[in-house]
Amino acid sequence: MIPAPFEYVRPSSVAEAVSAIGAAGEDGKILAGGQSLIPVLRLRLAYPTTLVDLGRVAEMQGVRDDGDAIVIGAMTTHHDVMHDPLVAEHAPLIAQATGTIADPQVRHRGTFGGALSHADPAGDLGAVALALGCEFVASGPGGERRIAASEFFHDYLTTALAPDEVLTQVRVPKLGAGWSSHYEKFNRVAQAWSIVGVAALVRRDNGSIAEARIGLTNMGSTPVRAAAVESALAGADVGSVAAAAEHAADGTNPPSDLSGQADYRQHLARVLTKRAVLAAVGS
Amino acid sequence: MTAVDERPEAEIGKARRRKEDAHLITGRTRWTDNLSVPGMLHLAMLRSPMAHATITSIDPTDARSRPGVVAVFTGADFKDVQGNVPCAWPVTPDMVNPGAPSLAVDQVNFAGECVAVVVARSKAEAQDALEGIDIEYEPLPPVLDMDQAVKDGATLVHPNTESNRSYTWVFESGAAGTGAPIDDALRDAEVTVSRRFVQQRLIPAFMEPRAVMVEPSGEGVTVWSATQIPHILRVMLALTLGLPEHKVRVIAPDVGGGFGGKIPVTPEEIISVLVARRLNKPVKYTESRSESLMAAHHGRDQLQDITITATRDGTVTGLDVHLLADMGAYLRLVGPGVPILGAFMYNAIYKIPAYRFVCEGIFTTKTPTDAYRGAGRPEATFAIERIMDELAVELGMDPMELRRKNWIKHEEFPFTTVAGLTYDSGNYEAATDKALELIGWNDLRAEQQERRDSNDPVQLGLGISTFTEMCGLAPSRVLGSLSYGAGGWEHAAIRMLPTGKVEVVTGASPHGQGHETAFAQIVADKLGVAFEDVELIHGDTASSHKGLDTYGSRSLAVGGIAIVNAADKVIEKARKIAAHLLEANEADLEFSGGKFRVAGSPGSEVGIADAALAVFAAHNLPDGVEPSIDAEATYDPENFSFPHGTHLCAVEIDTETGMTKIRKYVCVDDVGTPINPLIIEGQVHGGLAQGIAQALFEEAVYDDAGNLTTGTFVDYTLPSAADLPSFTTERTETPSTTNPLGVKGVGEAGTIASTPAVVNAIVDALRPFGVNDIRMPATPERVWRAIHGGGKHRAAGGTTAYGGASTSTSDGDGGDLQ
Repeated sequence: MIPAPFEYVRPSSVAEAVSAIGAAGEDGKILAGGQSLIPVLRLRLAYPTTLVDLGRVAEMQGVRDDGDAIVIGAMTTHHDVMHDPLVAEHAPLIAQATGTIADPQVRHRGTFGGALSHADPAGDLGAVALALGCEFVASGPGGERRIAASEFFHDYLTTALAPDEVLTQVRVPKLGAGWSSHYEKFNRVAQAWSIVGVAALVRRDNGSIAEARIGLTNMGSTPVRAAAVESALAGADVGSVAAAAEHAADGTNPPSDLSGQADYRQHLARVLTKRAVLAAVGS
Repeated sequence: MTAVDERPEAEIGKARRRKEDAHLITGRTRWTDNLSVPGMLHLAMLRSPMAHATITSIDPTDARSRPGVVAVFTGADFKDVQGNVPCAWPVTPDMVNPGAPSLAVDQVNFAGECVAVVVARSKAEAQDALEGIDIEYEPLPPVLDMDQAVKDGATLVHPNTESNRSYTWVFESGAAGTGAPIDDALRDAEVTVSRRFVQQRLIPAFMEPRAVMVEPSGEGVTVWSATQIPHILRVMLALTLGLPEHKVRVIAPDVGGGFGGKIPVTPEEIISVLVARRLNKPVKYTESRSESLMAAHHGRDQLQDITITATRDGTVTGLDVHLLADMGAYLRLVGPGVPILGAFMYNAIYKIPAYRFVCEGIFTTKTPTDAYRGAGRPEATFAIERIMDELAVELGMDPMELRRKNWIKHEEFPFTTVAGLTYDSGNYEAATDKALELIGWNDLRAEQQERRDSNDPVQLGLGISTFTEMCGLAPSRVLGSLSYGAGGWEHAAIRMLPTGKVEVVTGASPHGQGHETAFAQIVADKLGVAFEDVELIHGDTASSHKGLDTYGSRSLAVGGIAIVNAADKVIEKARKIAAHLLEANEADLEFSGGKFRVAGSPGSEVGIADAALAVFAAHNLPDGVEPSIDAEATYDPENFSFPHGTHLCAVEIDTETGMTKIRKYVCVDDVGTPINPLIIEGQVHGGLAQGIAQALFEEAVYDDAGNLTTGTFVDYTLPSAADLPSFTTERTETPSTTNPLGVKGVGEAGTIASTPAVVNAIVDALRPFGVNDIRMPATPERVWRAIHGGGKHRAAGGTTAYGGASTSTSDGDGGDLQ
């Protein structure tokens, strides 16, 4: 369980990081907490020539208020995200979902941006970011650009980030009044990845559901929105949540693996979506 | 004047915190991997990625030229000297043991088998150089399914055998004279229920990976190993490698768990000794977690075909057991005997007049199996407790009433069972009544009915496990009758130091059990010395020269009694000294609270410490008495110990997702006289966690090519405290009558008892859905498929959902399991 040899670089600014990543070339790898990467290296399933450790890039850590959004530094640890007052106030869905990730040891080392960049569809934060409509801020040799969450996840472990880019922060839009949320995770043991997870954001208006945004974890090669449920819920009353949730697996192509076969995952998506929406609206 | 009782407070029965916890929990201790000796080199093992293949070429040239590499060895380098990894339990005279090389020579028979070893100056360099070994394999078909493996024409795991069947072991009560012929019971049965149960393969998953360090010294070696069996390892290394036994020293420093997983002599230990001797350099090897999960032996993995017969009124008349037991690719130290231990336990607490047990040991191209917590008894307990529930359903009886009707009543002890064992004591009624009250059985039954009536999406199930087990391994003559390669005694010595402190030497080598605490409590009481004044010496064949080590819940029930007997000898030797110093007759002296007094004349007394000092000085001793009150004892138990208890489990099943949640778990265990209730509690809690894990969480899964797909803790889902309920644990105390402490083993009871309690509860919850069995682990997907498939639906292969629920009963209901 010893990784193959690699060069190790530890930049202290985003600018240094971008140049280090560029210098490392296509066999470089970014270390952003290492809770997925280090096991892969120890199992010698990957042989990067250079690791660029972002652990000392102070400007990528912490959460700040930026008017209509809160900005979460990519290197903010899960633990810090969970306990951040801005996250609690403006994006409690993130805090709740983050609290379900693995165990306290992992949450103290793993980072918000690291998990999103890794883009494991079984990870909990992608569905949450999709539902919240987050913007991903990436820096590269050409400067900074913003990527919508809906454009960020391309495939299994693959994102819109170019090889020479680094995710520096994630902008989480502040939701207005009337929104509530819930993350419903289903796994076999406490520290395990999600078999299926559902992130539900619901805006209520005059007792009925005005708008819903549903993100699904591990229901395909990327996190996905349950669009059919969202449209079925728009304008619906709480009594029709179960019927709307029946569409949760529409168009999904979940994996079959040791934790569950695809048809079971599709069933779970329906059940958990119903529960997540009902929990979000407090029923 | 009032007499003051100056005797120290009794240590036995005191819930002391464990002496050893501070260093074990913090890790500031002597784990094997923490050790080093000057000039030590590091080993890395190249392991086969193939389950079954011939090695067509192997070229280590490149690896030898890598930085820091001192040597690379392959099977060819050691084939003439490595012998075979030893198996000490030829369970039948014609058992086929095809041999087990430590380093594969021509063929590999499981994924993870060692094929080469790199020796380098650092561990990292050794690991890096593994990639420089060029090896080619010619694949052979894997042998994965036991039913297939025993068919004519099946692919042979080992080319030097005629069949994949290593042995067939048979016991039949009619032939043995312990009961009636099974064929009569089967023929005359009013009711017959048959089931096939599957004991899935489990991984012991001890916390400290296996590690070994070897320092050569002339003709011999000193071996430090994370092993449960330093004494047996010494003998086996001597026999296997032809080393002079007196030149072999084995040390088990602090060992971080085992659960049976550190019982066998391992290929890695043998390879490390061979390399150290070949190079005449000290070496160390520590496995990675991945290697540990893949290549350290696995447990369970049996197919159990069980038939029970009864009269219509619920009197059990016969039990017929046929096992296929997966040995994996090779026979390890006690692997063949593990399922045979179950032979004595299928009849469990019941008066069953006729009994047959047939076990076939089968080779497959999987990791070898050997002992895992309970070793044969959990499998037996599961099968009988599951089929008692199925029989109750068939008879329309309450499952507890069926048990009561058939179990041995407390006034019937000692009771000789149909398997030929004599249970010395027990009180199943008392433990059961207590457990039923603690869990609130009747209220839960009422709630279950309400949930059924209201079609609640969360259904409740209640499960029973009334169990006993045989432990305290073991009477040597019994082991002899089972062809085991050693005895079952244990050794102890007590050394009285001049300042009154006490050293206790034990041959029971702990790996987390709490020996240092419990044994000190026993000695403190026996000799009347302070608990803090007793030090335990263990785990080093140079200082604790004789022993049979720790497994089978034997340390207290066997090793503890050896200590008691040694203490009695110390007292008798000290009595001579005290009589001399008090100028009294030995017969007039009474000994209590560590002091000898002349009966009836208070005032003058000689403490055991005074006697120790007197023999140290040796100035004034009776004639002909040696200047020592040290003593040793070797104790061979006359019988096993038979802890028992009643475990009750209430589960809530979310029928929408299939998730099982344990709502309440109550166990009332009877482990005889408690020495340290806190240690008992710890053993029960850990045991429950492991038994529940078999029911709900753990399974070693292989893919079609014979690769372990649950090779990390991501896929091999060990539960943590977050996944388990708060246990309600209580005890009844029915002392064992076969040892002077009245103790019974406790190390495995929780694991043995809990698995069927949980599965019975799940099946109980699901009966309204037509479910009459569920495969373990009862994952949410399996439960969901059982519910929605009317109990007969099975998932496809390749996931842990494979197998779903299915069995057959006498009326042909249910599917058949493939």
